[in-house]
Amino acid sequence: MSTSTSGGAGSNDANVTRRASKRPKYSKFTQQELPACKPILTPRAVISAFLIVTVVFIPIGVASLIASHDVVEIIDRYDSQCIPSNVTDKVAFIQTPGEKPCNRELHVDKRMKSPIYVYYQLDNFYQNHRRYVKSRNDEQLRDSKNANSVSGCEPEDNANGQPIVPCGLIAWSLFNDTYSFSRNGNNLTVNKKDISWKSDRDHKFGSDVFPKNFQNGSLIGGGHLNETIPLNEQEDLIVWMRTAALPTFRKLYGRIEVDLEKGDVIHVNLQNYYNTYSFNGKKKLVLSTTTWLGGKNDFLGIAYLTVGGLSFFLALAFTIVYLVKPRQLGDPSYLSWNRNHGGQ
Amino acid sequence: MEPSTPLDSSSNMDSFMFDSSSRRSTVSIHSRSSGVINSTREVSFGHSGSKPVRYGSKGAESEALSMSQKEISDEDARLVYVDDPDKTNDMLEFAGNSILTGKYSIFTFLPRNLFEQFHRVAYIYFLVIAILNQLPQLAVFGRGVSILPLAFVLLVTGVKDAFEDWRRHRSDKIENNRLGLILVNGQFLEKKWKHIRVGEVIKIRANETIPCDIVLLSTSDPTGVAYVQTLNLDGESNLKTRYAKQETQSKLPEKEKLDVLIKCEKPNRNIYGFQGNIEVDGKRLSLGSSNIVLRGCELKNTNWALGVAVYCGRDTKAMLNSSGAPSKRSLLETRMNSEIIMLSFFLVALCIVTSVCAAVWLKRHKDELNLMPYYRKLDVSEGKEESYKYYGWVLEIVFTFLMSVIVYQVMIPISLYISMELVRVGQAYFMIGDSRMYDKATESKFQCRALNINEDLGQIKYVFSDKTGTLTENKMEFQCASILGFDYSSATASLENEQVEYTVQADGTIFKPKMMVKVNQELLQLSKSGFTNDEGKQIYDFFLALAACNTIVPLVADTSDPMVKLIDYQGESPDEQALTFAAAAYGFMLIERTSGHIVIDIHGERQRFNVLGLHEFDSDRKRMSVILGYSDNSVKLFVKGADTSMLRLIDKSLNTDILHATKSHLHTYSSVGLRTLVIGTRDLDASEFEQWQSSFEVASTALMGRAALLRKVAINIENKLCILGATAIEDKLQQGVPESIESLRIAGIKVWVLTGDKQETAISIGYSSRLLTSNMIQIIINTNNRESCRRHLQDALVMSRQHMTTPGVTHNSEEGSDSVSTSFALIVDGTSLVYILDSELEEEFFQLASRCSVVLCCRVAPLQKAGIVALVKHRTDDMTLAIGDGANDVSMIQMADIGVGISGQEGRQAVMASDFAMGQFRFLVPLLLIHGHWNYQRLGYMITYNFYRNAIFVLVLFWYVLFTAFTLTTAINEWSSMLYSIIYTALPTIVVGILDKDLSKRTLLKHPQLYGAGLRNEAYNKKLFWLTMADTLWQSIAVFFVPLIAYWGTTIDVASIGDLWTLAVVILVNLHLAMDVIRWNWITHAAIWGSIIATFICVIVIDAIPVFPGYWAIFDVAGTALFWLCLLGIVIAALLPRLVVKYLYQYYFPSDIQISRETEKFGNPRDNGGGEIEMLPVSDAPP
Repeated sequence: MSTSTSGGAGSNDANVTRRASKRPKYSKFTQQELPACKPILTPRAVISAFLIVTVVFIPIGVASLIASHDVVEIIDRYDSQCIPSNVTDKVAFIQTPGEKPCNRELHVDKRMKSPIYVYYQLDNFYQNHRRYVKSRNDEQLRDSKNANSVSGCEPEDNANGQPIVPCGLIAWSLFNDTYSFSRNGNNLTVNKKDISWKSDRDHKFGSDVFPKNFQNGSLIGGGHLNETIPLNEQEDLIVWMRTAALPTFRKLYGRIEVDLEKGDVIHVNLQNYYNTYSFNGKKKLVLSTTTWLGGKNDFLGIAYLTVGGLSFFLALAFTIVYLVKPRQLGDPSYLSWNRNHGGQ
Repeated sequence: MEPSTPLDSSSNMDSFMFDSSSRRSTVSIHSRSSGVINSTREVSFGHSGSKPVRYGSKGAESEALSMSQKEISDEDARLVYVDDPDKTNDMLEFAGNSILTGKYSIFTFLPRNLFEQFHRVAYIYFLVIAILNQLPQLAVFGRGVSILPLAFVLLVTGVKDAFEDWRRHRSDKIENNRLGLILVNGQFLEKKWKHIRVGEVIKIRANETIPCDIVLLSTSDPTGVAYVQTLNLDGESNLKTRYAKQETQSKLPEKEKLDVLIKCEKPNRNIYGFQGNIEVDGKRLSLGSSNIVLRGCELKNTNWALGVAVYCGRDTKAMLNSSGAPSKRSLLETRMNSEIIMLSFFLVALCIVTSVCAAVWLKRHKDELNLMPYYRKLDVSEGKEESYKYYGWVLEIVFTFLMSVIVYQVMIPISLYISMELVRVGQAYFMIGDSRMYDKATESKFQCRALNINEDLGQIKYVFSDKTGTLTENKMEFQCASILGFDYSSATASLENEQVEYTVQADGTIFKPKMMVKVNQELLQLSKSGFTNDEGKQIYDFFLALAACNTIVPLVADTSDPMVKLIDYQGESPDEQALTFAAAAYGFMLIERTSGHIVIDIHGERQRFNVLGLHEFDSDRKRMSVILGYSDNSVKLFVKGADTSMLRLIDKSLNTDILHATKSHLHTYSSVGLRTLVIGTRDLDASEFEQWQSSFEVASTALMGRAALLRKVAINIENKLCILGATAIEDKLQQGVPESIESLRIAGIKVWVLTGDKQETAISIGYSSRLLTSNMIQIIINTNNRESCRRHLQDALVMSRQHMTTPGVTHNSEEGSDSVSTSFALIVDGTSLVYILDSELEEEFFQLASRCSVVLCCRVAPLQKAGIVALVKHRTDDMTLAIGDGANDVSMIQMADIGVGISGQEGRQAVMASDFAMGQFRFLVPLLLIHGHWNYQRLGYMITYNFYRNAIFVLVLFWYVLFTAFTLTTAINEWSSMLYSIIYTALPTIVVGILDKDLSKRTLLKHPQLYGAGLRNEAYNKKLFWLTMADTLWQSIAVFFVPLIAYWGTTIDVASIGDLWTLAVVILVNLHLAMDVIRWNWITHAAIWGSIIATFICVIVIDAIPVFPGYWAIFDVAGTALFWLCLLGIVIAALLPRLVVKYLYQYYFPSDIQISRETEKFGNPRDNGGGEIEMLPVSDAPP
């Protein structure tokens, strides 16, 4: 029982207040009668909802498709072509040190406006593998004081008794094929600046952390790093260490900041260092422009058109059915107990 | 001590059947049925004992017998040396009087609370998962993250427990420091309660509370009577008498050292029983429950009392009884468990798929694993080649399996149990606060004593109701008297219904009874005209019997006028009160009662009668008697009792005409619903009296089987009576009962009334409460032997089948309640029930009863009530509800799925045993039709929604695993996945579970048929479960694959797409809920939109921590149009099928609820056009 706060009253009054306090207080809340709105799926509401979806989705779908079609994309798979035809053991070939140059030719079918993004695409490479994504130490990357913290980086934590910076499988497997482009004998410069996230350079990778003891073990996984450049300027590493979500992924290599005209032939001089042969991974070089929607992908446009079309169809169907067989809302003759009586 | 649950005593139930049948062959019908009745006292209180409740008549009886016959052996006894606490406590240290209801101390809180919390399966599940995750090979989540959910629930529960315990500690402290008067070295000193020890003599003054269980030694009353109020103990406000033994009454412990030894039973929970004996001056006397006063009682009307402490502190009966109501499990939860098992299968299936795929993948890439950059099995960092974190193919599979269990753990919605508890608390809050269920008369709110069966209120199929005090007010009013074959009906005689105020003047003060009674003027004149003639003598005796033959204690209270005193009659039976008030109105005012004499003011003349003997009422004899000694030394026996037990005792050789007339009057009275009693008398001659006196003395001092001996003495003397007349008392129907019963019937609930009344009374009450209507076909089963009972049953069955199959009658039994024109009413009496309940007739009876919309059982013994409930409960899956107010309903209340207690006149035992308690029967209508309906709809939806909510999340995780080489990476941040069920989606479902309501109170009361939704399991069933699961599958596909395809072969990183999935799932899940919310008030809005906003905030906060690999992902990805288009597309595409199906169902296959919702919103279209469909009568319960 709640104590009455109104003091000073006589025993009679106290009795009254006690009585009053025992009675549940009336409020819209306690009686569950708060003002509320009660939406009901009336035919009109449902049909207009579907029409709204139609009206919103179809333009978006069309716009997405147009955007996707505007994207010019050149994809060149080179992993098998860049192995000399006389090599039988591809893995052994790729593992032997030394330069492995390879020349490719890309044909521009459609004018490409700058900036043109240069990506490498890996297929069947599970950067999201549980062992892989965990194999890094973010403390170490941020701060030179934590150079020795290599927990989680096994088996690439120490080499020759010294901690590796940057440690872990992700860094160890750094992609290291290189590309250089020329058009009609003129070099096309690839801008490799600002290809990584600014937030990563500013906060995740320290400016005073330098690579140390990297790729010094007996197993070489990928690229080497210049030990005089701090990690926050090693943009290829930063890009690589943002692990991809899906087993087929692209990573930004650089930007070509001149337009490419239709009919241009681009000569690519690449160094084929990276070993994807041991697990049947594919390597592709991609040149692509972008739009507001990103790269080339028709899916979203098709999906939006489908949903929009479907809801238009449903709106139409519901309207017809509604006109043919309407039901008066709230008609008590549909109540089960009234139906049974009516039936007799 | 474990609280015994009545639910698990089905074996006892069987033994009841067996025992009864074995007895039946030898014992006559009457004593048999009365035997059943007798044992009720044992049973209804037995629930508080440590032994399970026994439904067997024989078992309980023989046990009681053996208890009393057995000497208390020394091992089982507690020896109390009066006024010698040192010696008493010497051998065995008895518990002191300090009480500790708090469970924990500061030091024990942590371990004990944890221990208790881990009794729940849910917490064990959390714990096992968390422990699994701690193994390095299985560490899916970080250490901190993995114990987050467990820590959260432990913390919440722990804080709640700690707060409750703190409050208990505080009240303990107050209680322990109260002061009492204790005899120390010959004088009474004040001492704190907690220092009282067993054996000490305590002095209690008027209106003081008893500090511990004491055996009375002496009282201020010379005869050793003390009156106590047991309000704190069982809530009964009337006074009870307790006696000190005459042998100790004369002793003065202040003056002389007492040499008294009390030997009593060990502490137990039975507050209505006490066994012991006392040795005074070498004499051994037995002690019973009338000699002990329990802790918590208050001394009233007695200046002081001395007692010796026998049980202290935690040994007191009050403390031993302070345990909660037995816990029951709701039907919905039981049903839900089968789906939980289904979900466990899903979980195992997902884990198996994952681990098999992982195994195949490992096998196929066996040779590549060493150097594969993302696997790198080879570890050369130590200089030699070894495998890094690879334990062989088989172990890898096992680990994958266990890891997938950890990742998919939320598939089993453990958090559901916790949110359900919260929701039920919220629902209970609203039920308690409902002003419709507040009883002004008794100032009692609705009480929720059980917190885990709220939703069962929405699925009740059978209501078993007691009559007296439940359907009726239990405020007895004296209506008619039949004296010497003449009928004096007060109601009919005085048209103005004038109430005569009878007052008595003595010593300058005016005494008047507190309650006024309608009187019959003719009889009043007759009673005033003197008692000279024979007829007058009879009337004199009649009223004398009314005034004397009872256990009423008159209490004199002051009024504002000092000259006027009010006399209130306190007693355990409201019938007796009514009779005493009636006698007072006719000039026979009971003024004083002590154990030895009574004083009655007869028309202004005070007369004193010696009460030579009193045979208290017991339900075996169904009568009581008193032996009065007149001032001229003549002795008279007055007997008052139920007509069945009395009429057999009437000396048939005398006044047969009167007997016949009285019988016909009795019939008339009971057919208008009055409760009747027959009064008889006999003069006792000296020899007879002496014979009785000696046997009475032997019996009352007997150590063994005293009750049985006393009963025998009573039976011996109560015979060859001369009939004086009969009384009729009206038991008024409670307000709103007929309307309530009609509402319940329309709702499709079968109302069974189980009453102790006669058949005629029961039927007439049935009519007045609209339980029976004139167009019902009554099937009356009223037989004396088993064969005819069987025949009756079979005939009735055949008849009911014929009616059911005749055209024009609904075949569906569920609709039967509506088709009033052909419904059946079954009326069974107690004797027939004896045969039905203990033989194979049970099945036939049930068949028949289930075809009847109304069942009326009369002359039912309390145990049979439980038997009937058990019969229905065991034969159907339907939910049963029992409602009653008295001790005799306790067994029924505990047996039923839901027990409702009426906190009325008959004390609080029913309330103590109940799950819900309320002030009036009519509150059952809002309780079931409104709150039951709401609770059921809400929880039913909540369960399916929670299944969906967790399953969709697990499926999204699972789909991703298929694209990570089956290695259980989660794109969704581990913190997000833990916060998912704590912050992101928890609150809206709880808020909706508490607040959402499908229909308004008005509609639900207007159309009780809407209750059928619960009876048909509309809110939660297998079909709904599978539909929801199919929807879940589609939604998870939409959530997962839209981003997957949209981002395939792009630069998207794990954290960004993970954030997209997180937000998509959370928004989708909340919008899904929003789509199903029926009433949007501001709280719902706040909860749903607030949760979505909270999710965004959490995701942003998590992504703003630089040490996480996904640092800044949300800011990056949210800047792209693709992200937002994906989000929009996912939500619309995922909800589209649901919207379509929902709309089609609601529009073209509308449920009753749906139509009523539309009517609520748009009004009834038929109202304007002169509706051709007649709505069923509006039966709004009175406010």
